[in-house]
Amino acid sequence: MSPRRFNRREFLTSNAAVASLIAAPALAQAAPRVVVVGGGFAGASAARALKKADPRIAVTLVETSRTFTACPFSNGVIGGLRDIKAQQFGYDKIAADGIQVAFATATGVNQQARTVALDSGGPLSYDRLVLAPGIDIRWDALPGYTEAAAEKMPHAWKAGEQTMLLRRQLEAMEDGGAVFMAAPANPFRCPPGPYERACLIAYYLKTKKPRSKLIVLDAKDQFSKQRLFQNAWKELYPDHLEWVSLSSGGKVTSVDPATNTLITDFGNHKAAVANVIPPQKAGRIAEAAGVADRSGWCPIDPVTFESKLQANIHVLGDATIAGAMPKSAFTGNAQAKVCAAAIVKLLAGEKPSDPKLINTCYSVIAPDYGITVADVYHPVNGVLTAIPGGGVSPTDAPASFRAQEAMFAEGWFNTITSEVFG
Amino acid sequence: MNATRLLAVAVVVASIAPAFAASPEPPAGASSCSGCHAANAAANTPVPRLAGRNAAEIVTQMQAFRSGAQPSTVMDRIAKGYSDAEIAAIATWYAQQK
Repeated sequence: MSPRRFNRREFLTSNAAVASLIAAPALAQAAPRVVVVGGGFAGASAARALKKADPRIAVTLVETSRTFTACPFSNGVIGGLRDIKAQQFGYDKIAADGIQVAFATATGVNQQARTVALDSGGPLSYDRLVLAPGIDIRWDALPGYTEAAAEKMPHAWKAGEQTMLLRRQLEAMEDGGAVFMAAPANPFRCPPGPYERACLIAYYLKTKKPRSKLIVLDAKDQFSKQRLFQNAWKELYPDHLEWVSLSSGGKVTSVDPATNTLITDFGNHKAAVANVIPPQKAGRIAEAAGVADRSGWCPIDPVTFESKLQANIHVLGDATIAGAMPKSAFTGNAQAKVCAAAIVKLLAGEKPSDPKLINTCYSVIAPDYGITVADVYHPVNGVLTAIPGGGVSPTDAPASFRAQEAMFAEGWFNTITSEVFG
Repeated sequence: MNATRLLAVAVVVASIAPAFAASPEPPAGASSCSGCHAANAAANTPVPRLAGRNAAEIVTQMQAFRSGAQPSTVMDRIAKGYSDAEIAAIATWYAQQK
């Protein structure tokens, strides 16, 4: 990376120069360039899948952080079952594939010139751009919940320091303290995530702070894998976990970080530890690139994952509006591989094939108790739709089945992280 | 990296490109499988790899998962999302992978 920053004049000159070179017949046979922004499950998978499918493609992966901290299984870190280091991965193996890894933040996209501006170095020219920016917190959506408030009432919905902050708060809490979680309305990253977290916090309380209790204040009446979760709560955590639905007054309407209080229409809840999972939107670059709609998320074509709002820009993972596909790491990885195959065809002037994708999401309720949702998806009338036959684990399964799913959950984490980062 | 350097890299890559061939595209529904069935033999998981396995064996297993003859945790739900033709194409493709 060049440490030099372009000023505006240089940026424009450089864009013009690049544009004229692209048009030149001498370069018509040059390697196609694909820039991928975002080095999470979706983005890193896309970069690798592109390079593997066609090594001639010049792939650049733009990522702010040199260390990736995975969200899946980070609830285990919060519950004290897992070290944060088991969640962390680097980009060395990706670079070894022949992918240029640029540690910088993408700040804007010029759709006409097909360039991505970076905060240091750049701009990068592309034939096809892939945005996999994950989520950003909507800091304007929950009164009182500012970036400063998140240092006191962690969201821990982007894994890393926030995850450790919540864990430390739980560890420092006196036995008997009240833990509160605010769960958001749909859509948000990882639909079963708040409820898995509730389980693993309750597991921690049951084993380490038995006089404490977690109360989940929810902005919804329904949630992912609901019956399985609620059955498990009754069975494993009757004294340590209480769920308050929207219709029972669970919606948190504001927070007061000064007093660690969550406010609903029905009362104020002062917390010893408060985990506020706030409303979210697609990561910042989506808005700057013009691929996010008024909902804050990104509409895409379900065959190519090309933005419905901007040509030559594809969007993957949590940032997308992907029909019935949930915002999960498995989904991001599956979409990335389909998108990479589509890009290879588009660059060759061929028609991409109709895809089929899987999502399998594990939730860990206790170390020996796992549950899943598994579905296969395909485009129907332009929308990614689940094929009948999928769904959640059986409600009447024996303990051995739950133990097996907990074991497979760990296998999944090891497999997907090895495919994406190993 | 500035644009000039990137172009220089692109030209170098283009000049060595004919040495490589693009790998054949996996059939619909195949690429998702490696989320659980590791492409990388070093991955620590009890889930079997699909790459290099006998195609007929994969087809038989998938049909048994779909009918329920072979008990499973998630594969019964996933197998119901695939037709016989799709299963055959996926099995053939995985049999050819290393």
